Amino acid sequence: MNLFHFISDFFNDSAHWQGYDGIPTRVGEHIQYTLQALGIAALIALPVGLVTGHYGRGGNALAFIAVAGRALPTFGLLVLMTLLVGFGMVNVMTPLVILAVPPILVTTYEAMRSVDPSPVDAARGMGMGELGVLFQVEVPAALPLILSGLRSAAIQIVSTATIAAYVALGGLGRYIVDGLYQRNYEKVVGGATLVAGLALVTLGVFWAAGRFAVSPGVRRRA
Amino acid sequence: MNWDRFFDIPSDLQHSWLGLVGLHLREALLPVLAGLLISLPLAQLCVRFRWLYPPVLWVTTVLYAIPSLAFFVLLIDYTGQTELTVMIPLTVYSLVVLVPAIVDGVRSVPQETLAAATAMGFGPVRRYVQVQLPIAVPAIVAGLRVATVSSISLVSVGALIGNQGALGNMINDANIYNRPELALNAVLSMAVLAILADALLVAVRVLLTPWMPRRSRPTTKADRPEPAAAALEDAAR
Repeated sequence: MNLFHFISDFFNDSAHWQGYDGIPTRVGEHIQYTLQALGIAALIALPVGLVTGHYGRGGNALAFIAVAGRALPTFGLLVLMTLLVGFGMVNVMTPLVILAVPPILVTTYEAMRSVDPSPVDAARGMGMGELGVLFQVEVPAALPLILSGLRSAAIQIVSTATIAAYVALGGLGRYIVDGLYQRNYEKVVGGATLVAGLALVTLGVFWAAGRFAVSPGVRRRA
Repeated sequence: MNWDRFFDIPSDLQHSWLGLVGLHLREALLPVLAGLLISLPLAQLCVRFRWLYPPVLWVTTVLYAIPSLAFFVLLIDYTGQTELTVMIPLTVYSLVVLVPAIVDGVRSVPQETLAAATAMGFGPVRRYVQVQLPIAVPAIVAGLRVATVSSISLVSVGALIGNQGALGNMINDANIYNRPELALNAVLSMAVLAILADALLVAVRVLLTPWMPRRSRPTTKADRPEPAAAALEDAAR
């Protein structure tokens, strides 16, 4: 039996398509975890990145936060939180948010720094206020890079949300963790395929968002 | 939390704490080394033949989108529950960071510098090794830092596929035996290892590039990391 047999067996079994352990339920849970974690991380990291990038201060502090955030193993944090706090959504969201904040923060800062200074000066010279400069000049020009930071954060969350299953929550990790315990390899491979597929869909969503939101003039240079 | 048993490692891990640290470093660093050895020629090909770079970037980005746990279990069928199963995906992930870093670094070498080297009689190979690579060192080390730190924290996920996670196995045991101090030990050990490895790479960069300013951060636009490199500042998954 090779990989492709496992995959086709998993997806052809109608039992996998219904009930609380069905593919639609699990995919829904996985998307829910991802959106929640990405939303919280963006709410924290985007304003900080925009403001520090706008004023060009605090780059070293951000670089330190990024290394520190990257050095903390998500899986370890998850188990530690669970042992200390007990089971629940908080102990899954905390490691996922810690995972997602550094890429958004650093990329947003770098994106703001890499905006061409001459249009910014021109906007100031025409009497635009700081908020106007930030949202009408700098953010549109920095948008492709800001989106790429959000994209890598989103992909990491999609990949890592699988470990929620390790602490008895749902999501696509359920198939992988349960399959490994039940020695049901077909289930493991099916779950892994679904996660990889969802990660690729995320890539596609961000590509489409980039086409839709980034102004054509900026896109050509990027 | 029982602090007296912070270093009391359960016997089923079959290693002392130091043994786990050694195992962890081997499982995390060998893939980065392998990634570097593969990406150096690959990046050189991408610089030489420009049309090759977009497809290579595409393939690596798509491979990067495969979650580590999924990658591990897909490989079990071929390599079994061994260290190799953990090390192959880590090698692939480090390629994703290193190839763009090296390509950007080598491409950023000024045209005049290359012309000067050619005029001094350097052939293509000697010019690459003695001129382009040294100038690209800061970019390459920046890529290595990202790859190394994320590799160190990713090894722990190997615990989920049957005790192949080195220090990560301690996290698993913390859960089984309900001993939070073991999980804390694992998290702190990995964080310290990652920060030490990061500092070591910075030191290597300083040693290899004696011409760069030591203290102040580069301030001119040209010296800042390329946007593409910044975008790949990915954390561990």
